[in-house]
Amino acid sequence: MQGSGQVGLWRHGFLNAELGVSDYSDLSKGAITMSSSNCKRRITGAVAALGAILVSMAAAADPVPWQMNLPEGVTPISHQIWNLHMAALWVCVALGILVFGAMFIAIFRFRRSKGAVAETWSHNTLLELGWTIVPVLILIGLATPATILTREMYNATDAQMTVKVTGYQWLWRYDYVSYDGKPVTKVPTIYSRLAWDSNTARQLDSGVNPWSVVDKQTGFHDYLLDVTHPLVIPAGVKVRFLITADDVIHGWWVPDFAAKRDAIPGIMNDAWAKVDKPGIYRGQCYVLCGQDHSAMPIVVKVLPKDQFNAWLAEQQRAATLDKAARTAQAAPQKPAPAKG
Amino acid sequence: MSSTAQAIHHEEHHQGWFERWFMSTNHKDIGTLYLSFSFLMLFVGGSFAMLIRGELFEPGLQLIQPYFFNELTAMHGLVMIFGVIMPSFVGLANWMIPMQIGAPDMALPRLNNLSFWILPFAFILLLSTFFMPGGAPAAGWTMYPPLVLQGGESIAFMIFAIHLMGISSILGSINIIATILNLRAPGLDLLKMPMFCWSWLITSFLVIAVMPVLAGAVTMMLFDRFFGTNFFNAAAGGDPVMYQHVFWFFGHPEVYIMILPAFGIISEIVPTFSRKPLFGYKAMVYAIACIAFLSFIVWSHHMFTVGLPLGAEVFFMFSTMLIAVPTGVKIFNWVTTMWRGSLSFEVPMLWAIAFIVLFSIGGFSGVMMALVPADFQYNQTYFIVAHFHYVLVGGALFSIIGAVYYWLPKWSGHMYSNFWSKLHFWSSAISVNVLFFPQHFLGLAGMPRRIPDYNVAFADWNMVSSIGGFWFGATQLIFVGIVIHCVFFSKQKATSRVWEHAYGLEWTLPSPAPHHSFTVPPVIDDTQLAHGDVSH
Repeated sequence: MQGSGQVGLWRHGFLNAELGVSDYSDLSKGAITMSSSNCKRRITGAVAALGAILVSMAAAADPVPWQMNLPEGVTPISHQIWNLHMAALWVCVALGILVFGAMFIAIFRFRRSKGAVAETWSHNTLLELGWTIVPVLILIGLATPATILTREMYNATDAQMTVKVTGYQWLWRYDYVSYDGKPVTKVPTIYSRLAWDSNTARQLDSGVNPWSVVDKQTGFHDYLLDVTHPLVIPAGVKVRFLITADDVIHGWWVPDFAAKRDAIPGIMNDAWAKVDKPGIYRGQCYVLCGQDHSAMPIVVKVLPKDQFNAWLAEQQRAATLDKAARTAQAAPQKPAPAKG
Repeated sequence: MSSTAQAIHHEEHHQGWFERWFMSTNHKDIGTLYLSFSFLMLFVGGSFAMLIRGELFEPGLQLIQPYFFNELTAMHGLVMIFGVIMPSFVGLANWMIPMQIGAPDMALPRLNNLSFWILPFAFILLLSTFFMPGGAPAAGWTMYPPLVLQGGESIAFMIFAIHLMGISSILGSINIIATILNLRAPGLDLLKMPMFCWSWLITSFLVIAVMPVLAGAVTMMLFDRFFGTNFFNAAAGGDPVMYQHVFWFFGHPEVYIMILPAFGIISEIVPTFSRKPLFGYKAMVYAIACIAFLSFIVWSHHMFTVGLPLGAEVFFMFSTMLIAVPTGVKIFNWVTTMWRGSLSFEVPMLWAIAFIVLFSIGGFSGVMMALVPADFQYNQTYFIVAHFHYVLVGGALFSIIGAVYYWLPKWSGHMYSNFWSKLHFWSSAISVNVLFFPQHFLGLAGMPRRIPDYNVAFADWNMVSSIGGFWFGATQLIFVGIVIHCVFFSKQKATSRVWEHAYGLEWTLPSPAPHHSFTVPPVIDDTQLAHGDVSH
């Protein structure tokens, strides 16, 4: 998790430089040339497939190779959505077996080559009423819990923390607005952009194998799913995300939270999540936002509440020191008046 | 019906090649032009898809730059929708509607010529944007501002191309409505019409209702980009979401414009090869009308995550789910048509059966996405890509190919190769699933759509999907060979009925259908119609 410990002590004066292309240069050391055999990796991948599928049925924080299903996620909402998704899936499977089953029975039983003689009826009111009414009932059965759940998802009241999320081409900006009923001051803005090792590897003909981009701590292949500075939030706290954008439309989504809203310039959307399990959760911008749409991941680091409080205090302390240092520096650097 | 056959042997004045193919007012020739044009566009749009799948074969960028990738996805969508699916349905309508209702030609033959010849120019404008400074528009086929406004000035060419395509489809639709309402042979009531005519009658009204809406949306965009207005510019009081509402008010009926004629085609093919009348003819007509109506009140289900009010989310969830009911009726009716029939599996029937299966799978994922909370997890991922490719490739395109195999002997007077057409079918039916089914998994695992590069966890299914893509793409080359062989080289003559149990006026004409047919209205014999018995 590169850079996860030190959340942006970025200052306005440094912002332009940080956003500039020049930053990419210092990461050439991270470049690892194509080495490991793809073949071997593929076999291990296939062997891991079954396990991966099983894992994907449970709460998985990161996508895994051969994953086939939605992650169950780590919030009450994401669990309920997962249940609704599975219910809808099984209803569809059952209907599919019914309809395709009937069709394939017809295909095998009523073949002309087997001497089948066609009947001439083409009407049956009872049957037609039945397959109009029964689907309506099934749909009501699905839509009712969905409606209740939608209401719950829209209820962002009683949030103990508010974070403003702003999408830019191509990075995310996080501002802490309030926490525990108090405004958060002095904590610097977090600028969260694609991690440097991923960025080196993703260039056309970079010669860097995307499989070589690995999180040193967890061993997760975090290519295009790692950022310079993640958003940090406390566990067990209802966090409200105010989501907007500054240039084009982006989309902020962490699948494990089932928190997802379009980030639209001029509009402030909101989503919320209450994550009980500390960990690192990843997502991606999901609305096409230009050429580097695939390169603006979202990483949220959920810390236990006490650790988060300590972290927040440290940020505030550092920012205060930093401001003092800058104020001290500012005086001698006052530019001399221009000579005429 | 022999009087008809004699009546059509009238004096034809000889046309030169240029006059026939460029100045034609003949519905059959214009139908051929439409179909040939969309066939060409299928390979243009298909080549974009091959490049897209090529880049997505492995993680990392190997072939193309991300911006060019975005140009390709946008153009792939526009070409396939406006250049392939819509014109090929219009081509089929041109060929078949006059022959199915006993009319000598379309009601407005000169307009017919105009509505076709607008299209090539529209696509020259659209495709020329690739060669302009800044490249082609690269904001998806949905062209959402503000992103699309960041592109070069080529956006103006795209907008004018869309205006032209809109005019072309509106003129085509006016023609179809005028033909069906005015030129039916005496005694051919509306409720005796083949389902294909019904589906196109209703589709035409959808086209006329919504293409101007799209024209309005892109015109506002044009003004924003070049004339200083701020319809969609939030910084000046505009609203980017308003574009999405206007666009999808067009966009959702557009989805049905691309599938209702397919319903008509399948309702023709299934009874023929089941040797049994279509089950619930009237219900089928009402279901199409019902779907068409509902298509106007579901548009926001494309926008569940833009931050709609709760009430809107719930309303659009319910209205969307309601569409599943008439759609279900259609699928149940097709299956029941096959039940206790006497089935044979000529190539058109194979495509129709594949249509029913693949379209239903697309319908199932549609129901899942109608559920607002679930859609939050599916929205803008590969799950939606899988969904609409199942309904547009497995649905619309398969029905078009099925229709070509169904009516090609009538058009050309020759049978096509049984072996090659079956190979084409089986290869397509298998590869299309290898291509699109894994995309469901990718979407559920969290892979967003419209990205040229992805995390390595998504690598395996993407590779499977790409292999399916190349396979499906290559398979369509067989189709070119089959059609060329059938039209120009096949020695096997087609009978006028072609298929043993094919009913309807078109099958009373000789094969190939004469250049001018039904110059004298046919005498309607209910037993020769596919739906002559109006008691059901």
